[in-house]
Amino acid sequence: MGIFDFLRKGPQNTASVAKNRLTILIQEERDRSGRGAPDYLPMLRRELLEVIRKFVNVDANAVDVKTHKDGDHDVLELSIALPDKATAAGSA
Amino acid sequence: MTENIVVTSGKGGVGKTTTSASIAVGLAKRGKKVAVIDFDVGLRNLDLIMGCERRVVYDFVNVIHNECTLKQALIKDKRYETLYVLAASQTRDKDALTQDGVQRVLEELAADGFDFVVCDSPAGIEKGAFLAMYFADRAIVVVNPEVSSVRDSDRILGLLSSKTRRAEAGNSKVQEHLLLTRYNPSRVATGDMMSISDVEEILGIKVVGVIPESEGVLAASNSGVPVILDEASSAGQAYDDAVARLLGDERALRFTEAPKKGFFSRVFGG
Repeated sequence: MGIFDFLRKGPQNTASVAKNRLTILIQEERDRSGRGAPDYLPMLRRELLEVIRKFVNVDANAVDVKTHKDGDHDVLELSIALPDKATAAGSA
Repeated sequence: MTENIVVTSGKGGVGKTTTSASIAVGLAKRGKKVAVIDFDVGLRNLDLIMGCERRVVYDFVNVIHNECTLKQALIKDKRYETLYVLAASQTRDKDALTQDGVQRVLEELAADGFDFVVCDSPAGIEKGAFLAMYFADRAIVVVNPEVSSVRDSDRILGLLSSKTRRAEAGNSKVQEHLLLTRYNPSRVATGDMMSISDVEEILGIKVVGVIPESEGVLAASNSGVPVILDEASSAGQAYDDAVARLLGDERALRFTEAPKKGFFSRVFGG
């Protein structure tokens, strides 16, 4: 940096712009492909499904297990779709 | 034990073939028995970088299709007697490679006592690139400090952790190494280029080497002498460091700081 640099200033520090863009993009792409998720997730999902099925007759794909990042924390997100009343009664 | 090392990147033009040639030579220089295979069927180039283009008689596809023996197709390097090149076919298309065929060639090299097989992957994520990485024990992911190259490298890292024999077996991982090439410390200093730590942070993996942008690389490819043999060039020395680290040595990074400016240019810019 010289004292006359202000005379020829263009857009500064494009490297940090690149880093920010890539950090966001790559995180999104990894989330979408399920990469970086712990390897126990499929097993956890299967066992949860078995336990739930002892009590409720749910579909094979009723249990969804995901992880995502929230700030500094890793969040484990479970969602279980219960059957609506009609099908539950019908299958009972 | 033979180790299969794939040199891959996703993006083209980042220095895969230059790297494959220099890594193979660097290993052979240390007494290892090395074969370097060009997986870029249809766009053969490793032979040129290795300087053996006039001696290609049979190629990788010929071996896979049993049109010659592996011995006939391996080109012995003129500089190191433990180094062999297996050229890609220039006339066939990428479907000429088969998984069984590649496996057979790699097994034959292992039975022949090779210490390392360096697989020079084509760009992209199609069949040739897939087959180059499938049997890998280690991967050198070549990346430039530039957005599209970094993004593609992350794709490749994903494939290495899912679409390889080791990943499918589920009991081991391909050992991943990041090699940053075309690094320009002066541009990093002015904030125009991502730094080593930027790239490491984005990809979540440490570099095994940093190759500075150097005139030596073009000079080396012009003359068919892998740049690692140009001991005067910074790129050659940086490749030698990278090979040493691959073999477990600890070496500090070199050529990663911008040259110090004199008083005049510091005051007036330059």
